[in-house]
This record gives sequence, C-alpha cells and structure tokens, in this order.
Amino acid sequence: MVNDSTRDAALALHRFGLGPRPGTIAAIASDPRGALLAELERPGIGRIDNPELLTSAQAARAAFEARAARQAQQIVAQRAQKEAERLKADSQKMGDDAGQSTATSAPPAQAEQALTIERQIILKEIKAKLDAALAAEIGFAERLVWFWSNHFCVSAEKVPNMAGGYEREAIRPHVLGRYVDMLLAVEGHPAMLVYLDNFISIGPNSVAGINRTRGLNENLAREILELHTLGVRTGYSQDDVLSFAKVLTGWTIISANDNPEHGAEFIFNRRLHEPGPQRVMDRTYADTGVEQGRAVLKELARHPAAATHVATKLARHFVADEPLPALVEKLDKIFRDTDGDLKEIAKGLITAPEAWTPVQSKLKRPSEWVLAMVRATGLRGDPERFARGQALLGEPMWRPPSPKGFADDEGAWIDTMGPRLDIANNFAERVAERIDPNGVVETALGPIASAETRAAVARAESRQQALALAFMSPEFQRR
Amino acid sequence: MALLHLPTRREMLVGTGSLFAWAHTPKLARAEGRDPRVLVIVLRGALDGLGMVAPVGDPDWVSLRGDRALVLDGKPAALPLDSFFALNPAMPNLHRLYQAQQAIIVHATATPYRERSHFDGQDVLESGLAKPGTTDSGWLNRALSSLAADGRVDPQGSRAFAVGPVTPLVVRGTAPIMSWSPQRLLPASDDTQMRLLDLYRHTDAKLARAFEGRRDLATLARTGGIETMPLREGEAQPNIGRIREYVGNVASTAAKYLAQPNGPRVGAASFVGWDTHINEGAAGGQLAALLGALDEAIAAIEKTMADAWSETVIAVVTEFGRTARINGTDGTDHGTATVAVLAGGALKGGRVIADWPGLRPADLHEGRDLKPTIDLRAVLKGVLRDHLRVDEVALATSIFPRSEDAKPMAGLLA
Repeated sequence: MVNDSTRDAALALHRFGLGPRPGTIAAIASDPRGALLAELERPGIGRIDNPELLTSAQAARAAFEARAARQAQQIVAQRAQKEAERLKADSQKMGDDAGQSTATSAPPAQAEQALTIERQIILKEIKAKLDAALAAEIGFAERLVWFWSNHFCVSAEKVPNMAGGYEREAIRPHVLGRYVDMLLAVEGHPAMLVYLDNFISIGPNSVAGINRTRGLNENLAREILELHTLGVRTGYSQDDVLSFAKVLTGWTIISANDNPEHGAEFIFNRRLHEPGPQRVMDRTYADTGVEQGRAVLKELARHPAAATHVATKLARHFVADEPLPALVEKLDKIFRDTDGDLKEIAKGLITAPEAWTPVQSKLKRPSEWVLAMVRATGLRGDPERFARGQALLGEPMWRPPSPKGFADDEGAWIDTMGPRLDIANNFAERVAERIDPNGVVETALGPIASAETRAAVARAESRQQALALAFMSPEFQRR
Repeated sequence: MALLHLPTRREMLVGTGSLFAWAHTPKLARAEGRDPRVLVIVLRGALDGLGMVAPVGDPDWVSLRGDRALVLDGKPAALPLDSFFALNPAMPNLHRLYQAQQAIIVHATATPYRERSHFDGQDVLESGLAKPGTTDSGWLNRALSSLAADGRVDPQGSRAFAVGPVTPLVVRGTAPIMSWSPQRLLPASDDTQMRLLDLYRHTDAKLARAFEGRRDLATLARTGGIETMPLREGEAQPNIGRIREYVGNVASTAAKYLAQPNGPRVGAASFVGWDTHINEGAAGGQLAALLGALDEAIAAIEKTMADAWSETVIAVVTEFGRTARINGTDGTDHGTATVAVLAGGALKGGRVIADWPGLRPADLHEGRDLKPTIDLRAVLKGVLRDHLRVDEVALATSIFPRSEDAKPMAGLLA
C-alpha cells in the first residue's frame, strides 16, 4: 500500500524538482517537504562554479576577436585571389596558362576555427546547465533558476555569447537572495542592456545627445515596468516609460573594439546620460548618475504590484495555470513582509498546503519534460541532443520568442504532444537496450503511476514502445 | 559599435512561424457555388505601417521622417499606389497584385487597444476582445465554431490545425486543433500512436484531443504529398535567405493544404521579428528584408493556390503600429495605428482604404503615433461576413464582443 508520504515524494520531484532519478522517490519519502527545504540550505546551491567557463564579457571578447581575425583572413584571401587572377590574365596574354591559381585556396580553416570558438562557448554553457540539472537530487533550486532566467530573459539570438554567462552571473547568485539584488544585477548586465537596446540609448540633452544624431530608446524601460517588476496595466503611464528611459541612459557597455581587456563589461557613461531630475511613478529622482537608475529600480522592487506580479507568476509556474488565490496571497504577503526575500518565498511555496494538491494539472514545458526523461533513465545527457530536442519542441535554450519569455500555460504547449512522441520514441530507441521500462515506471512514477499506464507499458510490443509510452503518460507529462 | 551581433531575430522567427487551418467548407458560401479560402497572417512585434505604405502625398511626410522617409524619387523608389500612397519597394509582388485589383491596403487602422504592450496588444488582436484580459480562445476559432453551431458544418468533422510548436491565441478555442511540425524527425509508428491515444482516452481527455488532431493532419499530409522541412543543425548562423526560405515554406505549405480539394479552407500563420527599435531600415535594411520575405510568401501562396487563388483572401495584421517619428536609435518605438493588407483573387482590390488623419503634431495620437481612424475589427468582420458568410450578429457579439460600433466593412469582395 502506498502511503501519502511516498506519493508526496513523487509529486515533489515532478512539481518542484526536475523529475525523479533512480532511487530518489524512496530517498526523500520519509519527509518530502523537509528534503525540499534542506536542498535550499546546501552550500553553493543554485550556483555553477566551473573554472572552464568564461565570464559573459570574456566570451563576448573572445568571439569578437575571433570574428575580427576571420574578417582579416577573408580580406587576405580575397587579395590573394585577385592577385592570382591578375597573374593568370597576364600569363594568358602571353599565351601561357601555367599561372594556375596558387593562392585561391586560402584555407577556410581559420574561419572554421572562429565559428568553433562561438560554438564552444554556447555548448559549454549548455553542458554546464545540463550537468547541474542532472546532478541535483531534487532540483528545486535549479527549477527556481529556470523560472527566474525566463522571467528576466535575454535571447542568444541577440547576445549569442553572453546568454549562458548572464544566467550564471545575474540570476544564479540571487536565486535564493533578494529580489532587488537580482533586479539590479539583471538590469545592469551587459546582456540585458544589449538585448533590450539600452546600450545605445542616449539622453537627448546629454553631451553625446547634443553632439550626435542618435538618442533615446525606450525598450528596456518599458519592459522593466511591464515584464520585470510591476506587470502590465498596473498604473504606469507612457510618460513614466519615457522618464525612466531617460534615467537609464548611460547604462551601457564598453566597446570590445576599443578595449580588448574590458570590452563588453558594464559601464555608466555620463556623456550619454540625460541630465537633470526625472519623475517616475509620482516620485522625483535627482540626477545622481548611475545611482539615479538604481534608486528607481529599488523603488520598483518595493512596489506592491511587483510583489503581486512575482507571487502570481511563481504560483502559476509551479502549481497550476489558475493557481488558488489563497496561495498567491500567501506568497504575495511573504514578499512584502520580507522585502522580497526569495528564499523565504520559496519556503512559503513548499509549506503552503495549496501547493500540494494531488491533481497533476500542470503540463510540463518541453525543457522540463526532456530533462525528466533523461533523469528517469539515470544516464548522462548529451548537451547537443538535449538542446536540439528542446528547440524542436518550441523552447530553444536561451532563445525565447520575445522579452516576455516562454509561455507558461497549457494552451501554448499542448499541441506539442505529437512532436513529443517523436522525441520520446527517438530517445527510447537509443536507450532501449540498456533501460528497463518497468524500472523507469517505478523510478519516475512509482506511487503516482496509473493502472492504465502500467498496463500500457506492460503490454507494449517492444521495450522501445514501452519506454515511449511511459515518457508520454499523463503522469509523466504533467506535474 | 561593432561589439556584438546586432539585432537579428531571425532564429526566433524560424522558431515561431505557425500555421493553422479548419478543414471544412462553410456551407452557406458553398450553397452560393463558392468555395472560399481565408488565410490570416499575424505579424508579431508591431509592423511600422508608415514604413510599409508611405503617405508620399502628405506635405508633412518628409519632414516627419527626414531621410528615412520612403519617397517616389528615392533610392530605391517607392512604388506608387494612388496619388497619395506608395508601397515599400521591397514588395513588388504585392504591387503587382494591387495593380491587378487583387490587393487592398487599409491604412491608419488599429484594434481597440490603445496602450503599447506587445503582449496585451497581441492578446486583443487575436482574442477579438475589446480589452486585454484573460481569455482562452481567439476570434478565428470562434468564427469557425459559430459556423458549426449554426448547423452549417458538421461539428464532428470540423478540424483546425496548427503548425509550429506553440499554438497562437487567434486559433485557440473549441474548434479542434490539428498540429503539424515544420521539422523532420522519424515519427513513432502508427501502432505506438494508437496505443498512446488509447491511454490518453482513458486517462486525460485534453491530451487525447490534442493528440488526435495531430494524427489526422499527418494523414492529410501523406495523402496530399506535403513534405516537411528538413531539420537544421542547432546553432548555425541564420541569414535573410533562411528567413525567406522559412516564411516561404510555411506560406506555401499553408497554401498546399488550402488548395487541396478536400483540404482545410481557413488557416493562419504568424511571423515574429517586426519590433524594429533600432536601425529599422525601411529602405534596404531590416524592415525591407522582412517585407521582402512577406512579399515572396504572398507570391508563393498565389502560385501554390493556382485556380483556388480566385476564391482566396489573405489578411495580414499586426498588434499595433510604431511611432510616427524615427527614435533616437534610427528605429521606431511602440505606436498605435498601422496598415492591414488584404490580398487575394476574391477581392475588389486596387484600393487604399483610409480616412487619413494627417501627420502634423496635432494630428498624431498623443503627439507621437499615427492616429487610428479605421477599426481593424470592421475590416476583419467584412471579410468573415462577405467571404465566409459568418453571421453578422455572431460577429458583433461572440466573435468580436462589444463591437457593434465597428460595422463590417462592405464591398471588400469582388
């Protein structure tokens, strides 16, 4: 007979973690809530300390240098080719075709290598993230990282070399810290300043604004208000967006072209900064340079609308598309009482009875589902396959479709069930020789496996089919 | 600053193209001896209408946009539409269709939404509601449901399909959805699919419904000879050629489905990448490249539809427009009114429909945006009523709730 605690252990691993690994349901069955809370206390939890990884600025510089070298190489090759053509033309004039090209084959090797540097950067980042997710016993802290990384998303489409470093530098250190510190880290991070165009935004009355033709860009200011802090329709106006955009002028990055040592790092450039006080959301902020922006961000982090926005998104993400108002209110109150202490909010989520409803109503996002599949087998994941699988299912890693991040409701994802089966089938084909389907059912579902799922797996015509059905079962798709 | 790759949303566009359709014929239209097709294309990110269709006859136009203004003697030269408007030179196919009376431009149009959030704006555009708010269905899906509810179409047989991993709101709703993924992966066997469907039918009705649709579409693809796109390797650098190929592929796949004698009749596709905050490039840059891709997609649909083109209407819509002036970074910020495009052989085309609001500072909405003078819902309602024969009361109540004042625009169809 299955006791409630074993059921809760399975539920905890799916709902708050990254899915069970062999043995984890039993390992936390005596006290699932305690195990979740204990994970948050582990030293270094949520961080990735890997000396092989470049910082985002180092990565951006390395890619820049590689691109510059590649460009030079191409020019040299073009010159050589022109020279060869000239020689050939000359020799043909002389009735001699011996001057066949000697230099047209300027090696593509250099270009290949330059591409490889960029590709290496992203692959190492993907591998580091995958390793962290596979190594976690439960994965609650990792799930919080994924949540906040999506809330404050950037896109590798625009910052291809910084997206992974951004998550390690701006998100992970604060995932159990204070919301305001994460907000300050995120909005001042070069990846965000580039992603939302602020790095080229110039105050119209700044020294640079007067001297040059370029000027204000309100993209970052708007998305901070709408997506990162208060939420849409919470009372800010177009004028607030504009004033805030002016406040943020000067928040930019150092050019890698001009500075090989510090390129792509944050800098506050007063020459670009709109001078004078600004009024944002009924408060006036004196022009204190970079502190003016930090002051606005701190005020936004304290705003009740930010607490409600974050509480609602967290409850929706972890528990249900339409979370119980009581749960949202609880998290909202903790946020306000603790000045946005994210660890306390995470604990509040775990200790709230409303978060433990036995119904698995939430459809996993593709990233969660693909990773749970790998964890259930106990195998090591292949970063490239992992990334490709997620991309096929519409959630390419660090490439959200918009600054709003990936959708977090069932309607957006339910039509991926067909491609999910193809992926499950493909994965099952590769691992079927090594993995016992009944073992996977016990490992990954155990007490929450339905009789129908057990029967379908037991009656499957092959191990591959049995595995695919287990991975596709509603109990494995939902959490 | 040559530090990083500057805005290329191409990969995102590749990842989010989508397509949907409904697999039956509106009975009422059929009874008139017609077999109408509708394809809705949503441009996400807010299209700069002034960058696509320039009011070259407006005396304030050039002073507003300066050397970024498209003009008839520019390089490249804008394509004249009438004495007042000219089309972006990146769109020769749309120009050709316009001259052949097969395209209509609606200018200074907008949904009822007046704020500047992309996401709320897209919700209003796709939900058909007067305001942003929680909703789980889109106007196109409800229009189809209304046809079924009136008994004009067998509800059991009605099917819609979505292409692309994420289902856009405009097609969500009670009319069933079928999905098709534009990438190739060896599919699970029919037997595995049947077993899974059986499991879902006994345990999870929502998953069962979602999965059933996918199977039906796969069958349609097999019988219709529709190829899927090859899967691309992960991080290869995308380029404008790939956008064109992808947009063209989604568009002509849609057209292949719609052209089949027993295929669907109503579809939708969506493309992202129109949020041109920096270096907009209406003439020869980013926006020109996107418009060129759209133009080729329209031409691909025309070609693929063949004879069925004469019964087709394509509607191209976006959530809102962009600022009338160029911003500080040679782009445009979020605005209000923009253009909508109708194209297809069923139209009474060759017209720009506009109640031109003017471009002087006092004419602009909140002193910064093109002022909306035509409700986009009126245009969409006109197409739905006169082409698909969707009931006018349903249009004003359930499909576009509280839209009585936006009467269906008459005379769009030939």
